[in-house]
Amino acid sequence: MANFEPTIVAFCCHYCAYGAADLAGSMRLEYPPNIRVIRLPCTGKITPVFLLRAFEKGADGVYVAGCLEGDCHFIHGNLVAKPRVNYTKKLIQEVGLEPERLEMFNMSAAMGPRFAEVANEFTERIRQLGPSPLNKKMRRVDTEAA
Amino acid sequence: MVVGERKPFDEITGMLEGHKKIMVLGCGGCVTVCLTGGHDEVRVLSSQLRMARDNAGNPIEIVEKTVERQCDPEYVEEVSGIVPDVDAVLSMACGAGVQYVAERYPGMPVYPALDTTFVGGSTKEGYYVEKCQTCGACKLFYTGGICPIARCSKSLLNGPCGGSTKGKCEIDPEVDCAWQLILDRLKSLNRMDLYEENMAVNDWRTNRDGGPRKMIREDFQR
Ligand code: SF4
Ligand code: SF4
Repeated sequence: MANFEPTIVAFCCHYCAYGAADLAGSMRLEYPPNIRVIRLPCTGKITPVFLLRAFEKGADGVYVAGCLEGDCHFIHGNLVAKPRVNYTKKLIQEVGLEPERLEMFNMSAAMGPRFAEVANEFTERIRQLGPSPLNKKMRRVDTEAA
Repeated sequence: MVVGERKPFDEITGMLEGHKKIMVLGCGGCVTVCLTGGHDEVRVLSSQLRMARDNAGNPIEIVEKTVERQCDPEYVEEVSGIVPDVDAVLSMACGAGVQYVAERYPGMPVYPALDTTFVGGSTKEGYYVEKCQTCGACKLFYTGGICPIARCSKSLLNGPCGGSTKGKCEIDPEVDCAWQLILDRLKSLNRMDLYEENMAVNDWRTNRDGGPRKMIREDFQR
């Protein structure tokens, strides 16, 4: 799996995690290009549908990044998201994906370095797990076609 | 509302074995409110099914659809254009809805995605409890608005039994003793006279024991 480059979708809230991503950029911090950031007004917007669709459309790993607990711009959006992420871990397990492919992180807008760290660690985790079983199948079909 | 719970995933995939194109049909009624069979749950289950089948190298095509209610023929009619194009329907309605769909489309396999569990309501978002067992002869006048049939584990009409301990039922220390609740409530209403009256043995013919029931509004009959 050494040369496997995972596709990772990061659902980031506008007020904290997206701000942290922005700051990581301004600070010229390096993080893997595997991360595709999708901005949400608040992680409270996340539902199992979003997370499952990301996997269905080819993500090898998905994470949700919101404000620090107690510091949500919308008071408790991140606390709404947390049990939903945990619930969705069970849903992906039912279809044969490892629950570790999904995670929730918390960070403030001032935590640019933390954003980069999470991106690095999570990418490494997914590299270790290998491609999503769904993508492995698709890739095999591609090779057969070629 | 009628409360249902999604069946175990393996049971659902088992029912769908051999089918290549299905419709997952949600219901906009009770099961939307209790978060088990509405528009969102249709999308979640469909995603899961597609991924599981892709993973098994046996893809499935799914039409996702939710109608206002499945327990009224006119709404079930709305999917008549889709049904001929699929080889099975997975209904996410309660047991009543599943049967309406099955009745309307003879020759089409219609499967239940939920286990229909009880008539009740929510304590808070996402937390549902049983409140009524549809006995057909409501006793709430005598019991201070607390159902002895659905909420007493033995459906006693003249409780409590000897198993009532510190307000909890003997079946489970987490479960309130319905008769303790009834007593407390009658006391607070100053209606202990109702408690003093013995309730007659229940006539279960108004319940399921009298066979399938119906309710007819004659002013709507033509
Ligand atoms: S007494 Fe009968 S109708 Fe009334 S709430 Fe209880 S089960 Fe329902
Ligand atoms: S303990 Fe209370 S609720 Fe439980 S069976 Fe006895 S009377 Fe009914």
